[in-house]
Amino acid sequence: MKPAPFKYIKASSVAHALSLKAEYGDDGRFLAGGQSLIPALNFRLARPAVLIDINGLAELEACDCLEGGRLRLGALTRYRTLERNGDLLRACPLFADALPHIAHPQIRNRGTVGGNLSHADPASELPAVTVAMRARMRVKSEAGERELDAADFFVGLLTTDLRPDEMLIDVTLPVQKPRSGGCFLEVARRRGDFALAGCAAVITLDDGSRCTDVRLALCGVGETPVDASGAAAALIGEKGSDKLIDAVATDVQRGIAPAGNVHASPDYQRHLAGVLSARALRKALQRVAHAA
Amino acid sequence: MTTRFFGAAVKRNEDKKLLTGQALFIDDVELPGMLHAAFLRSQVAHARVKGIDPSKALKRDGVIAVYTAADLGAYWQSGPLLVPPPPVPGLVFNLRTHVPLARDTVRYAGEPLAIVVAESRYIAEDALDDIAVDLEILPAVVDLEKALDKDAIPVHGDLGTNIAAHVHQTKGNYRSVAAQADLILKRRFRYEHGMSSPIETRGIVAQWNARAQHMTVWDTTQAPVFVRNGLAGALGLGERQVRVIAPFVGGGFGPKIMMLYPEEAMLPWISMRLNRPVKWIEDRFEHFVATTHERGQIHDAEIALTRDGRILGVKDVFLHDNGAYNPYGLTVPINSQCTLLGPYVIPAYDSTFTSVFTNLPIVTPYRGAGRQHGVFVIERLLDLAAHELDIDPAEIRRRNLIPSDAFPYRNEIIYQDFQPLEYDSGNYEPVLDKALEAIGYADFVAEQPRLRAQGRYVGIGVACYVEGTGIGPYEGAKVRVQANGKVSVATGIGTQGQGHFTSFAQIVADQLGVDVTDVEIVTGDTDQFYWGAGTFASRGAVVAGNAVNEASRAVRKKALKLASDAFECAEEDLVLADGKVSIIGIPEKFIRLGELAQRANPMRGAVKPGTEPGLESTQYFGPPSGSTANGVHAAIIEMDPLTFELKILKYVVVHDCGTVINPMILAGQIHGGVAQGIGNAFYEKLSFDEHGQLLNASLADYLLPTALEVPRMQLDHTTTPSPLNPLGIKGAGEAGAIPVGPLFAQAIENALGLKQNGVELLEIPLSPSRLFELIRKGSKA
Amino acid sequence: MQPDRHEVQVSVNGSAYRREVESRMLLSDFLRHELLLAGTHVGCEHGVCGACTVLLDGEPIRSCLMLAVQANGHELSTIEGLAQDTGELHPIQQAMHAHHGLQCGYCTPGILMTMMAFLRENPAPSEQEVREALSGNLCRCTGYQNIVDAMLVAAKAMRASVP
Repeated sequence: MKPAPFKYIKASSVAHALSLKAEYGDDGRFLAGGQSLIPALNFRLARPAVLIDINGLAELEACDCLEGGRLRLGALTRYRTLERNGDLLRACPLFADALPHIAHPQIRNRGTVGGNLSHADPASELPAVTVAMRARMRVKSEAGERELDAADFFVGLLTTDLRPDEMLIDVTLPVQKPRSGGCFLEVARRRGDFALAGCAAVITLDDGSRCTDVRLALCGVGETPVDASGAAAALIGEKGSDKLIDAVATDVQRGIAPAGNVHASPDYQRHLAGVLSARALRKALQRVAHAA
Repeated sequence: MTTRFFGAAVKRNEDKKLLTGQALFIDDVELPGMLHAAFLRSQVAHARVKGIDPSKALKRDGVIAVYTAADLGAYWQSGPLLVPPPPVPGLVFNLRTHVPLARDTVRYAGEPLAIVVAESRYIAEDALDDIAVDLEILPAVVDLEKALDKDAIPVHGDLGTNIAAHVHQTKGNYRSVAAQADLILKRRFRYEHGMSSPIETRGIVAQWNARAQHMTVWDTTQAPVFVRNGLAGALGLGERQVRVIAPFVGGGFGPKIMMLYPEEAMLPWISMRLNRPVKWIEDRFEHFVATTHERGQIHDAEIALTRDGRILGVKDVFLHDNGAYNPYGLTVPINSQCTLLGPYVIPAYDSTFTSVFTNLPIVTPYRGAGRQHGVFVIERLLDLAAHELDIDPAEIRRRNLIPSDAFPYRNEIIYQDFQPLEYDSGNYEPVLDKALEAIGYADFVAEQPRLRAQGRYVGIGVACYVEGTGIGPYEGAKVRVQANGKVSVATGIGTQGQGHFTSFAQIVADQLGVDVTDVEIVTGDTDQFYWGAGTFASRGAVVAGNAVNEASRAVRKKALKLASDAFECAEEDLVLADGKVSIIGIPEKFIRLGELAQRANPMRGAVKPGTEPGLESTQYFGPPSGSTANGVHAAIIEMDPLTFELKILKYVVVHDCGTVINPMILAGQIHGGVAQGIGNAFYEKLSFDEHGQLLNASLADYLLPTALEVPRMQLDHTTTPSPLNPLGIKGAGEAGAIPVGPLFAQAIENALGLKQNGVELLEIPLSPSRLFELIRKGSKA
Repeated sequence: MQPDRHEVQVSVNGSAYRREVESRMLLSDFLRHELLLAGTHVGCEHGVCGACTVLLDGEPIRSCLMLAVQANGHELSTIEGLAQDTGELHPIQQAMHAHHGLQCGYCTPGILMTMMAFLRENPAPSEQEVREALSGNLCRCTGYQNIVDAMLVAAKAMRASVP
């Protein structure tokens, strides 16, 4: 299990990296944390001609709270950095729930937010979190820069909207609103394995404990992270009763078509999606109550 | 003799090297001019080989050679049979062993077709892509039952059938006892066992020395002497021209024994051809298909009982998935057949199995070696009977245990060591009692309704087993006192973490009155010890341990004789302690053992007739038959009733493996066995598609338990020495792994109240998804 | 295609090394076969087993999931640097010996490197925290229990040795 030959170029700046990507297109791959790419190289499932190493580019390492109540995570933000940043975890508690599910400490020391999102594994946790949080992706090429919603960023199995010459620069997301609660839950065979199903829920209540906003996104149950906020919209204007939440969960199950894998039948995944949606919504509600 | 060390939790001699990164493992062998090999493996399970063209690969920079079956000439031949079938009347055995490289037909995905030798492993892998292979794909035989259909394609065309073996064994007369039974229960059971997945994969380095006409092979084998003999025969060399060294080996658990693996056959041959050392290290992806598996059996079993839960008899007909070739004979299904009988009085037993060729990787023993399958059947039958007869599951087991005055207990049928199965000794009821007490069985039964009322789905399980261990034929040991006073011991077995460097040293240290750290053990080097079988079947401590003991006793005798001559006193007046022989009561009169060793090799004077120079002895030990260990596992688990995730709240093992050499090492063996048992029960499944493709050939998808899946275990022991060897030892290596499947099935059923809902768990491995499917199907029915 | 080669300068256990290697060479192979520091073991080459764990600038990483060329200019720590030059074992090694935390010993170097970093950051972990930290390292022999016990004891010893 040794990689096929490739040319390795260490980018000296984002501009350099982008010019290389413009030159090599799909034959070139950005090397960030490498925690998904290098296994693929070792199995020879990926055989890029050129690896453009973007590690160490300070322009991609931002990890901070912006003015206007938004968080910014540079593409090279490592999971571990996020895990250790108490302010950030408080600003977006979903991360605190989700990060421990991502592989193991050694992987989290290397793996990056940008690499994870660009890899777009539908069973991965962060894509669902970004969808639930209405994150915005800032992508750049030599030709220019654009921003898109997380929900539009993921377009298919291991496929994003990134063009061959583009790079994900950073992700911004809103700080969790007051009177809000969030919860991420997942079922995997072992801790750290890819999710058989996972669910991120965020609920915001008004002073009368009625839902003013509900976000619900799932991982592992489709070709992309699944935005199930539509199903959850039934809660808006309501107090989240068990009955209502169960109805949302049933609706979520109806709206997905999981493919199944060696660990889970499609029906089991659908079942899990319902169970986890209900549990995550309940827990999110409880957390609003606690926060209030 | 004092037993200062024997029986004590002595810390391991081998640890320091391992803890500092200084132990030599196979891939650490670096030799000048060494080449690296990679194998081209079939990507399909069954195909006719129309042609292989390596010409493009040979042009690649850094590629030295490519070999296919066509290049091997007379060296291309089927491998030998490692274990012949036991002498069971009427037995059918169709021998088809594997070949070094597939020539006309490939019979499993992963079977090697060609080998590339290059300046680096990276280049060798590059060149695999250059080889053009023309295969005519044939339908793959994957399903055990369909393999026996009349129109099934045979895996071995010349055989015309996929029956690899057929064996019928009986004890008593099942039909007549069944006629008198109050209850007969019949079920179909499926039990899959996965693969050993040691953290170190296999590897081989072969170095031919043309001047010396000598071959040195470093090999991760568990049986170096067998490999030496096999290689010498195949290469046309004398055994003395071949040295096989099993260095530190990173776990084995069974599959690191074969005779010979294709890679073991190829590397030395290539080294001779090229006159350069060659290394091959199996990568993890290869390991999944190139190292042997255990896999599935399907049992149609029935049990006949009296109304009060006494077993009258068991009838079992089962299919065993043998894979594409059967070089390991019938060890695995014979173990299943024999181990089913367990610790119970089963007056009548009628067992038939058919071993089936499939287009899947070869099956050979992996920790437990088919015992799990048998234990699952009997333990599940007892659970079903307990439910049907409204008897507590622990109680029905107790009622059927073989009483302590019934040993040696004859089970009559032929075991894997070719002897009629006889339990040498045992006292089973105290083991069950201790396990029930440790798990808090009675308290739990009282507590369970309260937990359920709180919405917690907590369940209990208890499972028993007997394990045949310590089989022959024999092992030997050479014990030698050196002039520096240190004792060297050589034995023919290999070691893969079992602590032999310590447990054997403990035996020697007590016999010779030296410290454990002054005993240096060499295992797995055929130039250090010429004869032996290997480390398998929970036999290392029993068979080699007793040989070490015999050799140490002989050296002790020699030392005392030499000292008594020197002191001109009777041997009875001497004491051997602290590395010296002294006269009792006169501690200042002593001779150091090292000095005695020098005196045993004099420069002048005569060595008396009938004596041998050197303070050393080589002795062998072969038990008349295997000794039987036994144990009980009990667990309390909690289930998530919706996701079917499982959490183990408490795990207890009570075990009797006779006299214990080192309780710390024994506990480690049990812990590791249980961890593998948990993997087998709930995590590890080899998933093949209908074309014989392994769908989860990575450690991301073949799920070895981590520190979060394996719970803290509480261990206890009873001691019933074996009468079959002077040390009274029984084997323990496999015990932890054997009964976990039925334990999980029972505890999960209990936690979720499945039996009350008509759902029975009759298969292993289970998983949350599978439980969901079974329960959904069950509740629909 | 001409092999794409690069110079790599690293410090391993405080010693400086300079080699020129092909860009595709994995850090694990570099350490083992170029620098002949073979105590770092390789178990899966896809980042699951943890046997190849080393410290990169003090943080545990999988050396099979990093290219040697990426380590250029960085500091690495491996199993060979754990014991004192006098041969005295580090408390974490001593605890593994005392508690029989290893059998075949193949996974041991990766476990020691992982847990070194963990115990530095978490000097007084609970059993559950130790198990979580350990969960990225597979051991097929021990069932983990003795490793967990060893780590709890090592944590104590390391706390005591810090002034």
